[in-house]
Amino acid sequence: MAEEEVKLFGTWGSPFSRRIEVALKLKGVQYEYIEEDLTNKSPALLNYNPVNKQIPVLVHNGKPVAESFVIMEYIDETWKHNPILPADPYERAMARFWAKYIDEKFWPAAKKTVVAKGEEQKGAIDEIQQQMKNLEGELKEKKFFGGESLGFLDIAANIIIWLVVAQEALGMDQILNEEKLPVLHGWLHRLLDDAVFKECVPPKERHLDFFKVKFGSSIASK
Amino acid sequence: MASGSVADQEGQVMLLGFWFSPFVKRVEWALKFKGIEYDYVEEDLTNKSTLLLTSNPIHKTVPVLIHNGNPIAESLVIIEYIDETWKQNPILPQDPYDRAMARFWANFIEEKVTKPSREALISQGEQQEKKVKELKEAMEVVEGEAKAKLNDKTLFFGGGNGVGYVDIVLGWTCNWMKTIEEVGGFKVLDPENQPQFHKWMANFREVPFIKPTLPPKEKMVEYSRMVRQARLGLVANK
Repeated sequence: MAEEEVKLFGTWGSPFSRRIEVALKLKGVQYEYIEEDLTNKSPALLNYNPVNKQIPVLVHNGKPVAESFVIMEYIDETWKHNPILPADPYERAMARFWAKYIDEKFWPAAKKTVVAKGEEQKGAIDEIQQQMKNLEGELKEKKFFGGESLGFLDIAANIIIWLVVAQEALGMDQILNEEKLPVLHGWLHRLLDDAVFKECVPPKERHLDFFKVKFGSSIASK
Repeated sequence: MASGSVADQEGQVMLLGFWFSPFVKRVEWALKFKGIEYDYVEEDLTNKSTLLLTSNPIHKTVPVLIHNGNPIAESLVIIEYIDETWKQNPILPQDPYDRAMARFWANFIEEKVTKPSREALISQGEQQEKKVKELKEAMEVVEGEAKAKLNDKTLFFGGGNGVGYVDIVLGWTCNWMKTIEEVGGFKVLDPENQPQFHKWMANFREVPFIKPTLPPKEKMVEYSRMVRQARLGLVANK
């Protein structure tokens, strides 16, 4: 049987990179992890992803794949056990729809809630609250978006944790609180309790420090 | 007459669309490529139907595909659904790595060509210049891919003589791009420096099931002009 060589280029603090770690670990795929310094990108990274020059990049037997959702679908199609996407085409479409929503709508709004000021910030907070309510509508009574076990959308929604940690770091009121968003709040705690998933979030203290350093001064000057 | 409820559409394929939308057009191309029968509903985007608003409450946009009463939105999500539900004439390649490459390029096209083009249409001055610069850089990459993948025997990114996922995703450029340039007042298309891309556009336009679907130029120019004026008018009045 051919040697399987799997490498992941990523960074400790990137939710996109961490998504790939979850997917690989859920499948029990052995891989070599390479931590990139984004201020000094390695020749290997630039060679494997010349178009976007970004992490994450998965390299499987020398062939590179970039873009987190593209990589996740590739992983699911290459290692078929423990599927990440559901079998039914309609359910797959729903998972993809909401994953796209998270990256295209939630992520920009989340950044705004932390970086913007005054009215713009308030608007972003209202927007995010509505978005998370929408996500609750998709989750409903399920343990995870993927059902009994983690799936594509749970992995994609890891970004929510970044918002929670950033808000904690900056002493902001948590938008994702049990009172306003009980369903999503419950889901988040189940996610962070999951044996595989919890290995794939940035270490809390280091993550808090990162946000304090990056955004702390903008809050202090309010 | 349909009450507008999604559950009424059992066993049917329905597409909610708008004649100008390149996103809707892509879905039509996917359906026609597979020979799938569907009912097309033209939406008035200034007066959206109850069916549209209940089928796509999150974005309230077209295209929406409704199959067996189940609505799906977002053109790329819809196309993958079509490919997985109807197995004839595959749109995406079979091999996982080739599929990953097709999806990567589809993403690139959306982020670096489609989105900046829309933004260039509805902006001016410095903001527009920024988008046009982004577009020019993206088109260099597209031309590079076209040079690498296409030749006299391989007319399309789908391989050989058949269109595939990347062609369907990029296809809107084959006539919308010129309109956007004209109305927006900028230049991105460059036949001299994008020879392979221009060959691809010419070939794509002539594909028998694609050709009749392309909206007439004058109508596209008129509509684009209206969109640009409305958006710029809004900005000026702030």
